[in-house]
Parts: sequence; structure tokens; C-alpha cells
Amino acid sequence: MSDATRPVLSDGPVCPLPLADQDTVLLAHGGGGRLTQRLIEELLLPAFDNPALRRLHDGAVLEAPPGRLAFSTDSFVVSPLFFPGGDIGSLAVHGTVNDLAMCGATPLWLSVSLILEEGLPLATLRRVVASLQRAAQAVPVSIVTGDTKVVGRGQADGVYLNTAGIGVVRPGVDLAPQHARAGDVVLLSGPIAAHGMAVMSLRESLGFETALRSDSAALHGLVARLLDTAPQAVHVLRDPTRGGVASALNEIATAATVGFCLDERAIPVADGAREACELLGLDPLYVANEGVLLAIVAAEAADALLAALRAEPLGHAAAVIGTVTAVHPGRVVLRTTIGGTRVVDMLSGEQLPRIC
Amino acid sequence: MRYVDEYRQGEQVQSWLDAIAAASTRPMTLMEVCGGQTHTFLRFGLDALLPEALTLVHGPGCPVCVTPIELIDHALAIAAQPGLLFTSFGDMLRVPGTRDDLRSLKARGADVRIVYSPLDAVRLAQQHPDRQVVFFGVGFETTAPAHALAVLQAQQAGLTNFALLSALVLVPPAIATILADPANRVEAFLAAGHVCAVMGYGQYEPLAARYRVPIVVTGFEPLDLLQGIHCAVRALAAGRSGVENQYRRAVQREGNPAAQQALGRVFEVCDRPWRGLGVLPASGLRLREAWRAYDAAERFPLSAPAPREHPECLAGEVLRGLRKPPACPAFGAACTPEHPLGAPMVSSEGACAAYYRYRSAT
Repeated sequence: MSDATRPVLSDGPVCPLPLADQDTVLLAHGGGGRLTQRLIEELLLPAFDNPALRRLHDGAVLEAPPGRLAFSTDSFVVSPLFFPGGDIGSLAVHGTVNDLAMCGATPLWLSVSLILEEGLPLATLRRVVASLQRAAQAVPVSIVTGDTKVVGRGQADGVYLNTAGIGVVRPGVDLAPQHARAGDVVLLSGPIAAHGMAVMSLRESLGFETALRSDSAALHGLVARLLDTAPQAVHVLRDPTRGGVASALNEIATAATVGFCLDERAIPVADGAREACELLGLDPLYVANEGVLLAIVAAEAADALLAALRAEPLGHAAAVIGTVTAVHPGRVVLRTTIGGTRVVDMLSGEQLPRIC
Repeated sequence: MRYVDEYRQGEQVQSWLDAIAAASTRPMTLMEVCGGQTHTFLRFGLDALLPEALTLVHGPGCPVCVTPIELIDHALAIAAQPGLLFTSFGDMLRVPGTRDDLRSLKARGADVRIVYSPLDAVRLAQQHPDRQVVFFGVGFETTAPAHALAVLQAQQAGLTNFALLSALVLVPPAIATILADPANRVEAFLAAGHVCAVMGYGQYEPLAARYRVPIVVTGFEPLDLLQGIHCAVRALAAGRSGVENQYRRAVQREGNPAAQQALGRVFEVCDRPWRGLGVLPASGLRLREAWRAYDAAERFPLSAPAPREHPECLAGEVLRGLRKPPACPAFGAACTPEHPLGAPMVSSEGACAAYYRYRSAT
């Protein structure tokens, strides 16, 4: 049978009932037909509503503000989808907003792509979409374009999300890992290891209970505070997500050909995360965070910038955790709690499974 | 954090270091047997703070490191069987066998899962009654009771699809081997506190007497290690031998009778090859005759070619305390945690991995 004579297929037996009466995501929800349309019109559009999205065009047409733009993208495959302190929806907004913020940008627009597994309860999808919406509104940032695909059962794990974001960079601000220089001070905005350990605690095989919550949060407010206080003194910003503080600082050390001297006693670790790390034999320095930032700043402005961080609720536990040195370029060296020293290398073991 | 913070206080560390320096009246060589202790020394930078008169040698107490390559090859052959669910502690996944490792096998489609306890493997066997579930049992006397419990639970649950591949080993035969080696230079031992929490320390008394060495049962926090070293150094300086117990908060002379009973019910002592050390008599644990139905080695006999170690790996010398990791020509060059030639570069308790991770700049 040639393509010309092939009968035109519909979406198959399309249920005439409204979306609300269906239980689960079907392959046809991603097929581009009526169910896709209904998903967009009944679930996605009402949640993310804004003029650019409402045009239902292939892409968003946006008025570019003056200045330089920052552009970033991130995918989210966390398991489980919901965890204490957040879920895949809020994480997907915070992750990309934070990537933009680390570039010194004010976040403006996001795209959201959903990859759904056939059979996903629609109630779950609704929760994720509501969380995306809440998190975006809180920033605020507009979700101006998106896409939905459905894959067969077993080919994904519930929901995968991708967000991409565009933000406008403040005039005069130029942040890059290469800008770290000897004599700079390392600030950490809050206690580490909460996110990775909160997600790990839910794994059934571990069977430990904890009140620990993910620190997932949008950091653009903290960044704005820093850049309001001393824009020229902020040299590098980085949110230490996968691989933790250790990996983030190693990357900067390599990029800028500088070394870091850290003081283990000065590094705040989230309540409960430290204990969980001890139990499982993990080092908090390598555990993922989703709501803290590292700022490498000029020494003369460090006090003012630390005070600026501490004035914000997200930064109230901010601390100076170390300095940048020319002595051992490419290396992060830690002064331990008992006064010894050791190297903090890049992570080379197994990564904790699917935490973001 | 209780039982942690009070053993990591900087001021106390300094006063114990001073006491050790005062007691170190001559050059002395000590071995910490357990990989967990090696890890603490390097993680806290503690060994570098010790007086120069003391030489610390890292012992064979990393169970991942000493698991013989033929057992790794056997595990790989079992894990490669279609439909089988192979479970293991995470560290074993990267340990190289003759040609392969479990992580690569998993990437190629084998169902290899990391679990945190042998009991998790029993649970998996209950959840998948139509599949064979094998647990790769690796460890010393510390973890051996949990393996015994797994077999007992499998029997109580009437499972016929669970089996254990035992690479379990015992500490005292390893210490005896090191002491009997004419090249040995270790004068005193820090025995592994957690092993003794299970087995007690009566087993070490004949060794200490026969070889006239101090053996100090020692914990794993910085202050534990310093107190253990202090006991050993004072004994050496006074010419005393015998067993002392630093780790009193966890260890009693008779150990944990309930755990020993479970061990004795399920396992019997056997000869076992140790990676890098050769066959040590009466140094391993295998399932007793009555429990052979749960023995993966019996259920899945090996027909793999003869194992072969990487020729550049000097793990044997490192494990016997004859060489420190950086003295191996392959260390940090051909052998890294990403591309390990031998097991001590893999495990978090392995001496080579600990040196690589914490010492690369110093």
C-alpha cells in the first residue's frame, strides 16, 4: 500500500470525555492530535497563562530588553518526583533560574518541555504543572513556550522535564569561573547537603527517616543583593548542584588556574544531613545542593557581601569558608576539623542516583 | 552529633599527639588493619600530624581489595546470566576482574543492582519469585552476621531463588600471615574495632603472645586512632606485648554472642585466596553443607578461563604493608579511580584510593 492510498488515521478511539475524567496519560496525549490539544488547553495553558504562550505559535516572540542576554538549559530526571522541600516541577524552575542568576542575569522567560511516560496518572501531572507554575510565579519568570511528548510505558520514569531560560545581564557585571584570583574570599550562602540527602532518604532500600528537607530555592534574589552591594567585587558565582561544593570549586580552580584553601569548621552542613552522611559514609562536600551559592569575591568587599547575604532569609547562615590562593593552582585543599589538611578532589566514585 | 563530635575535637587531638610524641622513644612501625581506619587517617590529615619516629603502614583490611580475582570473575559470569538479578555493595561494581567489571556488565544490559544490605537482596528475591537473585557477599566478620541473617531469612521465607556468593574473610589469619612473613617490619597492630565488636578479641591473644606484639583494638574516629596509637607506642616503648582495648564503648572481650551464633550456624571456615596475598589457610567463610542450597558458587559453577591480574598492579605489596601506594609506578598514572588496575584504587577503604583522593597535592 502506497502512502497515497493509506487511509487517514485518526488518533484512534478518542475519548469524548473532558480531560478531567481521564485517569492517566496516553500515548495519544503526545501525538499532536486532539488529546494533545486538550492537554495544552485544559492543563498547561491555564497554569502558565501569559500573552506569549496564549498565541499558541510554534515559538514565543519576545521583545528583547537592552543589554546582554544569558541563556541556559537544564534537564530534570529526579526520582522520586516529589520529595520533602520540593518536587521535579519546582526543581526545574529553580535549576534554570539559578543557572541564569549565576551569570548575573535577571531571569525573564522559561521554556518547559515535558516528557511523560504512558500511564502517568493525570493527577500527578497536574501536581507537577501546578508546582512549575507556583515556582515560576514566585520568581517571577514567564513560561512562554513548551512542548509535550509521551513515550511508551517503561521508556521513562513518570516525568522528565527540560527547562531553558533567558535572562538579562546587569550592565557592567561580568561573572565567569576564570575571574577567580588569588586573595579572593569564598562565601557560601547557606548550609550544604540538604537536597541530596533529603532525596536519598526516600530511597526504600536505605530505610532511614529524617526531617530533612531539600533546600531547592531560586537564588536570583541573593544574587541581586550581592550585585547591589558591590557589583565589581563579585568575581564568580556558582550554585554547587551535582557533585557538591567540592566539584564546583575544583572546576573553578581548573578554569582560573588558582587553588582554594577551605576551612572545614567554617562550612555549614544542614541539620540532619551531616548525620545522614556519617551513617552512609558520604562526604557532605560532594552532596548536591539546589538552594545555595558559592561567591568568589574580592577580599576588601567580603564583609559587606557576607552581610548582604545574611540580610536575606535564604542567606542567613552564610559564611566565609575559605580563600583563593596562587600556591597550589588547580587544587582544593581543606583544613580539617582536627587541624590536619587534605586534598578535596573531583568526585570519582559513583554519583548518587538521579537526584536532580 | 553524639559519638562523633567528642572524638574529633582539635584541642584533644593536639594533647594526644603530644602524648604520642613523648612516648615515641625510638622509630616504630605500626599497622592499622582496617581500611576504615586508613580512610580516617587520610580524610582528616591525621597521619601527617604524627611524630616522624612513627611509620604507619596500611593493612589488608579492605574487603573489596582482598577479594580474589577468581571470585570477581565468578561474580561476573553469574551476573551475565540472562534473567538473573545480581546484587552487590556499590564498591564492588568497579573492581576489575580479568577482562571486565560489574559496572560495564550492567551498562551492557545485565541486571546488576546496588543494595546497602544483604537483607535487601532477600527482599528482592521475594519480590521477584520468578527470577534468580544472587548477592555478592563481601566483608570481614563485621558484615558477615548480616549475610548469615540473609540466608536464615531466605530459608524462613521458603525462598529457592536466593543465593549468596561468599567472599567473606577473617582478620586474624591475615595478621598471622603478615607476622609470619620474614620481610615483615610491623611491630604493633591497631586491630579493627568493628570486627572485634562482633568477634571479641580473645582470638588475638594467642597471636600477640606468639609473635610478641602489642595489638590494640581501636575505633575509627580521630581520637580513637590517636588513643590506639598511644597504647601501642607505650607498649612498644615498655617492651610489652598483648591485647589492649581502646574501643571499650563498642567492644567487649567476648564480642557479640548472638551474631557469632548466627555466623556459626550458617558458615564454616575455609581456605581462601586473598588478592595480593595468596591462599591463606582458614581465612574465609563459606556456607555449611546444610546451607549449600543457598550457595551461588554451587548453584552457578564457574567455567571461566583462568584469572589474570594486571601485570603493573602492586596491590599485593601495598596490602602486605611492604610498599605505600605512591611508591607504585602505576599509581596516579596508569592506575586512577576512573581506570583502576587493582582493587585498592577502587574501594573507599582502599589505601590507593585514599591516597589518590586525599593526598594528590601533598
